[in-house]
Parts: sequence; C-alpha cells; structure tokens
Amino acid sequence: MAADTTVYKEIDGKGGDYFSLVGWLGLMIAAGLASVYYMEHHGHIVTGMTNAVVWGTPHVFAVFLIVAASGALNIASISSVFGKYHYKPLARLSAVTAIALLAGGLMVLVLDLGRPDRLIVAMTKYNFKSIFAWNIYLYTGFFVIVLAYLWMMMERRMVPHSKKAGLLAFVWRLALTTGTGSIFGFLVARPGYDAAIMAPMFIAMSFSFGLAFFIILVSVTYRASGRPLGDLILFKMRNLLGIFIAAALYFTVAQHLTNLYAAEHAGIEAFILMDGGIYTFLFWVVQIGLGSLFPLALLFNPATGRRCQGIIVASLLVIIGGLAQIYVIIIGGQAFPMPIFPGMEVSSSFFDGVVHSYAPSLPEVVLGLSGVATTLLIIAVAIKYLPLLPTSLSDAKVDPHHAPKD
Amino acid sequence: MTDKSMTKVDTSRRNILKGGAAAAVITLAPGVTLRTVEAAVTGPATNAKRWGMLIDANAPSDVWDIAVEACKAEQGWGKDEAHANPTTDPQWIRKVNVKDPKTGAKASLPVMCQHCANPPCVDVCPTGASMKRADGIVLVDKHICIGCRYCMMACPYSCRSFVHEDVHGQRPHMPRGKGTVEACTLCVHRVDKGQQPACVEAISNMGSDAMIFGDLNDPTSEIARAVSKYVTQRIRSDLGVEPGIHYRGI
Repeated sequence: MAADTTVYKEIDGKGGDYFSLVGWLGLMIAAGLASVYYMEHHGHIVTGMTNAVVWGTPHVFAVFLIVAASGALNIASISSVFGKYHYKPLARLSAVTAIALLAGGLMVLVLDLGRPDRLIVAMTKYNFKSIFAWNIYLYTGFFVIVLAYLWMMMERRMVPHSKKAGLLAFVWRLALTTGTGSIFGFLVARPGYDAAIMAPMFIAMSFSFGLAFFIILVSVTYRASGRPLGDLILFKMRNLLGIFIAAALYFTVAQHLTNLYAAEHAGIEAFILMDGGIYTFLFWVVQIGLGSLFPLALLFNPATGRRCQGIIVASLLVIIGGLAQIYVIIIGGQAFPMPIFPGMEVSSSFFDGVVHSYAPSLPEVVLGLSGVATTLLIIAVAIKYLPLLPTSLSDAKVDPHHAPKD
Repeated sequence: MTDKSMTKVDTSRRNILKGGAAAAVITLAPGVTLRTVEAAVTGPATNAKRWGMLIDANAPSDVWDIAVEACKAEQGWGKDEAHANPTTDPQWIRKVNVKDPKTGAKASLPVMCQHCANPPCVDVCPTGASMKRADGIVLVDKHICIGCRYCMMACPYSCRSFVHEDVHGQRPHMPRGKGTVEACTLCVHRVDKGQQPACVEAISNMGSDAMIFGDLNDPTSEIARAVSKYVTQRIRSDLGVEPGIHYRGI
C-alpha cells in the first residue's frame, strides 16, 4: 500500500454559515432538553406512549442513530481491515461520525428513561443476563475502542498499529449491532420480534443507514468548505451503498417470508403487510418503495447515479426509509396485540386483543431530533478543531493511478 | 410526612423487597407488632415454598370485579390518577373476557403478574430491579428501576404498568413512583405475615373458592391438592416460563 500522503486540515469554521449552523443545532438541543424537562416533570402522560406502546418515537430515533453509528465506521474498517486504500483518507471522519452518532442516540435513549436521574444506577448495577446490560458495555466499549483507533490513525508513531485497532473496532461494531438487534430478537412473547434474524438484519441495516448518512455528510461538508470532492470516491461509496441497500432488503424479505410460512405468524404478517394502516403504508411505500427500491434505481441509473445530487437524494431516501423501517419494527411490533390466548378473541379494560393506537407527541419528536442535532454538533466541532478532513478528495488524490474512464 | 415515619416506611419496604422476614421488620421498626401474626414467615424467603394461585374461570364473571377492586384498595392504584386515561392508567390485575370464535364458548378470568419461574421481565431488566424471590414472587425494586420499560416489552401477559404521572394515596407498604414500573406483588406484604393476597381474601369472604392461594410445594396445601386433582392450565405455557398462576376452565 502506498504511503499515506493525504493532508488533513481543520475546516476554517469562521464564516457566518458555520456559526449559524452551530447556533441552530444548539437551539435544537436546547429544545430537546426542554422537552425532557417537560416529560419528566409531568411524567410520560404527556407523550404518546402508553402501557401498551411503551417505546415510542424517541426509541425510533435512538435505535436509528445507534445502528447508523456502527455503520458509519465501515469506511474506516474497509480501509484498515480490508486494505481498500481509496477509503483511507475518510477513515478519521468515519470514526468521529460513528462516535457522534452513538452519542446522539444514547442521549435520546437515556433522556427518555422514566428515571434518567438514575443513570448512575444503570452504570453500577448490572443484571448480566440482560441484553440491555451487555449493551451498556458494548456502547461504552465502542467509544473507547473507536477513540483509541482514531488516535492511532492521527498519531504518526501509532499509525502502524492502527490496523489492529481497526480490526478490533470492526469486530466490536458487529457485536454492538448484534446486541441492538437482539434487544428485539430476544423478546420471546411478541410475534413481531422473537427472531434470530433481527441481529444480522440490524447489521445489514447499519451498513446501509450509516453509509447513507456518511455520504451526505461528506458531500455537504466538502461543498460547504470549498474543498474538492472527486467522483471516484463518491462513486465507490455509491456502489457500496447500493450493495448495502440490497443486503438490508434481502434480510427484510427473508424475515417476512419465514414468518409467512408459519401459520402461527399469519396475524402479525397480515398486520404489517396488508391491513396495518400506517404500518403497512410505512412498510411498503416508505421503507420498501421510497427507502429501498427508488434509491437503488437512482444510484444505478446513469442519469442520476453519476451526479452528486442524485446520490445525495438517494442517501436521504435511505435514511427516511430506515426511520420508517425502525418505526414499523418498534411501534408496529407493539401495536399488534399480544397473543395472550392464541386463537381466542380477547377483550379487557387494558385493551387486550385490540390494535394499540400510538401517535407521536411533539416532545418526543423534538427529543429525537435533538439527538440528531447532538450528532451533527459533535461532528461540526470536531472537524473545526481536529485535522480530520483531507484538504482534497479529488480523483488524483484518492488514487494517483486513476485515469478517468467515463 | 415526618422524618421518623419516613424511616419506618423505608425500612419495612426494603426488607420486603429483599425477601426479608417479618421478624427483621420487628427488630428494625419497634412499632410494628407483626410477631403476633399466626404463621408469619420468620426467615428469608426460600425456595422451599413456591407461592401460587389456582383460578377457576368457571366462576361468575362479576367476582373478578371484586378481586380487581380489592387489589386497588389494598395497593392504592387506579384511584387517584389525575388524568384518568385508560391507556396510561396502571392496572395490576384486570378481568379478561375470552371467547372461542369457532364455538362461541366464553369465559372471564383475572389476569395479573403470573409470577413465572423463568420470568422474561427479570431476564431483560438491565439493573436487576425486576427480580424473583426464592419463593417465586416476582417484584420490582423501585429503588433501582430506571424506567426503561424493557420488562414491559418482555412480559408475555401485559401485566406491568408504567407510572405515567404523579401518584397519590400511596399505601405505606407499597410506595409507588412516577417513572418506574409496577405490577402485582402477590401481596407480598400480606403473604410474609401469613395472610392471603387481598384479591383472594375478598373473594373467599364472599364464600367463593374461585381463587385459591398457597404453597404449591406443600403437598398438604389446598392449592397443591387441587392442582393434582384437576387438570389446570397456565397461560402461554408454550413459552416455558412456568407461571405460578394456574387456571381451570379455559
């Protein structure tokens, strides 16, 4: 592999655009914290969540960000672990993005707790049979490992060791997403979950969502900072995104086909695929149509796939489709009635046997968005004060042997 | 509430939660004369006992309303919620109506925490707040519940409630807290004094034996004799969670 001659430099970050961006993000975070105060002061009665739909919009955002975090690390992994040197210049940004996404997601998750003031309890008392408890270790370990990996990439003396750190980070991120998917996979009682496929499906989803976020981040940052971004690296990421979208789609198909085969799961499948109202709409129209098939068409259609705008739009759609997918999994899985007496008609004052309604409340949405704002703010500050971004990602810089083909 | 009474409440609560004995409560809180109660548990909970219930779903359905009201009165839930919103109000025990769509056969039965031997809520709880005592009673330690609601996702019976708003009218033996999860405790505070759970007592006071409570491990107990005589069912027994609540007639 050729010696890394990439020049990394902090962004200028002195213009009005940068400060207005930071100001808006700060405002969104403040709004999120105000929502938390409101929710904690009054209790979760002011949210759309109930005793039947116990996890709501904050969890959709939190899980999306946490899943995307491990996916955003892929660019670094591909360069360090799989030796694809084209991606090497973006490895630092990839690591920082992963940390920022995880921090944003965890912030939302923690602030939605019934007792966020007891976070110290969660950090000191563990039930090691709980996948949640494992995840606390997986998340904190991810921060430590990725920060060490980032330092090794940035500290010249440590660069020879960065490959090993990259390998560890790669294995850890697979474990982390397995842990996140298993939060649902381990729920034996609910027909919408209780499936081993949740773990690999979440890994495929993470590849797709994380890269989509990363492509938008790189494109926008390079345009805003006036640094050259060549087609070569962009098209490579485009091709990779296409593969990841297809992989996530594959697991979705496998999940539903397997369920459709078992008469036991006919109820939940009919609910999600046919008569679940908003969940059916989100599944077919947003997740499959807008979030998977349409982006694939955009990416591989020469008219749009060779234009930066086309790739950005496709990436945005992947993110929207991803949020829809997680909404369908988390909320749809709870809205479907728990089969307490399978095969029987059930009714009670606690809404047994009926589809549970859920409508996101404003504080929940604002809290979720404030997690995204936190992610973006961390990245904005990091690229201003640390040499993370290459001064150029032109084709000649990314690959000195590159000869334009098309 | 004075400092003194606060101390008393805390102490007794913690001992109940730790499976502590009534005797320990007496030592630590001298005002409480539990010593006189017949058959009170005098040591920590052990797996020599397995508390359980047998519920007869053939009983007239209105007896279950009495069981629900008795639970509300005993534990202090469902009375003072400010917003009275049925989707967020807690329900520790509820009457469920079941109908076979093919035959039209109907039954009503009370459903509460099933006090599983292998409780999914305990497995998933990150902090260990959801716990099972050695005698099979499943509880929430409200001191370390962080309100993540993962137990509610995991419970196959929808038997847990999240406290969505401030609560009032709490009972000294059953402190409740906004932002934590709660459920049927099998009236552990009564059981440890040798008494029956409030729902069972209310129904037996009517002269009905539709709910029988006792030690499933004691072959001479009424419940153990009943479950060995009649074929009983446990809800979602296919999940292998081994509930302590048995039913007849469903």
